[in-house]
Amino acid sequence: MVTAGVGAVPIVALTAFCTGLILAFQGGSELRKLGALEVVVPLVAIGITREAGPLITAITVSGRSSSAFSAEIGAMVITDEISVLKTMALDPVHLLVSPKFLALLVVMPCLTVVADVAGILAGGWFVYSTVGTSLVSYAHAALDSLYVRDIVGGLIKSLVFATLITQIGCLQGFRVRNSPRDVGRAATSAVVRAFFLVIVADLLFTALFYVVWP
Amino acid sequence: MMPAESVVVVRDLVVKYADRTILDRINLDIMRGEVLVLLGGSGSGKSTLLRHLIGLEKPLSGSIIVKGVDLGRCSEAELNQVRRFIGVSFQDPALFGSMTVSENVAFPLLERTRLVDSTIDKVVLIKLAQVGLAHFGAFYPSQLSGGMQKRASIARATALDPEILFFDEPSAGLDPITAAGIDELVVYLKNALQMTVLVVTHELQSAFRIADRLAFLRDSKLVTIGPKESIIHSSDPWVRQFLDRLPDKTSNDKTELLQQLAERLGVRCPKN
Repeated sequence: MVTAGVGAVPIVALTAFCTGLILAFQGGSELRKLGALEVVVPLVAIGITREAGPLITAITVSGRSSSAFSAEIGAMVITDEISVLKTMALDPVHLLVSPKFLALLVVMPCLTVVADVAGILAGGWFVYSTVGTSLVSYAHAALDSLYVRDIVGGLIKSLVFATLITQIGCLQGFRVRNSPRDVGRAATSAVVRAFFLVIVADLLFTALFYVVWP
Repeated sequence: MMPAESVVVVRDLVVKYADRTILDRINLDIMRGEVLVLLGGSGSGKSTLLRHLIGLEKPLSGSIIVKGVDLGRCSEAELNQVRRFIGVSFQDPALFGSMTVSENVAFPLLERTRLVDSTIDKVVLIKLAQVGLAHFGAFYPSQLSGGMQKRASIARATALDPEILFFDEPSAGLDPITAAGIDELVVYLKNALQMTVLVVTHELQSAFRIADRLAFLRDSKLVTIGPKESIIHSSDPWVRQFLDRLPDKTSNDKTELLQQLAERLGVRCPKN
């Protein structure tokens, strides 16, 4: 299960790095007009830790793990492995969902930290190549602009995303009925629903933080 | 012989999916120590009946009493108590692919008993030896042939020494020699371990080799049930047709098909 997390590190890091660059370019092109290019630093730092880091991680993990969970459980329904567990008087939900949930609860915050670091590094690269700020002073500036709550808020989000992704993935898997065709369908709908719910949850969180921590 | 005692009692079992009746007022007794074979065509409700007998689905009406517990009305805890006494081998071997054969057989022992590991290892070895897989414990299911997978799943089903064993199509998809081996295994389990066995199948040869009694399901109804000898000499036309492997007559009769079509369209068919 944890390999599902380790395997996701490169793709999460790369995606977050690109997103950090995108944020920097977009922000930079507007801020340049105002002569405030250095504001890019907090923009990237905050944008990544609060939003993009957890979100990118969640979307990557939805694509990788939510579908994998539903396909795995769906296949077990088709081959009667779920029925076997039931006739052994074992609870398949407990037995199959709990380890996946625990794994994601551990893996998602770690991946989010990876995404945060990669995204902020991308911002550093941008400032270095445009303004010529050294990476060290960039790191100082970035860390100064961050509050602990930005990072912690992002990590809390990632835990909620982990819950959503596991639940949706497993639920779709258990919904498989008779035909192997259902397995493919379950995997697809697991990904789509996980994406959607992650975005909705993120919106709720951001709105909440907006009100609570202005 | 001990006086016969029912371990499974089914009374007036009715099962419907949406408007379709799958099982219609089924009455069935399974006696201790017998091999009862449930025969029937495809879609006759055999597998559905089996899934109800092991408590995977709840009946719409009627009762299924296994070892004195009514599966339709009992609590989850009582159901799990009953399941301690039953073993099930599904049509698909349904072995856990991420575990070796040994681990598969050990799984119910680990989860359901407090035996120490060394004891579990011994039990697993005995169970695997019973099905002729003593040397294959370290293999993964995907490395075994279909027949071996089936045997392994039987070893797992018998791991907790169940009193009642349920088989769904034990020889489905197996060659005749392997299938005969599985039949022999079923008879061995009954004779050596005094298990009560219910086998759901449509394989006639296999059915007559292992059965003490046979039951026939047709169009959701239990049509005939009786000891092997009386079934062989049955005069019931449908049972005869099934035993003699004859196709349905109507399906080949052109005039009759035309007549049916005409009736459905509401036109009169000229009588020849």
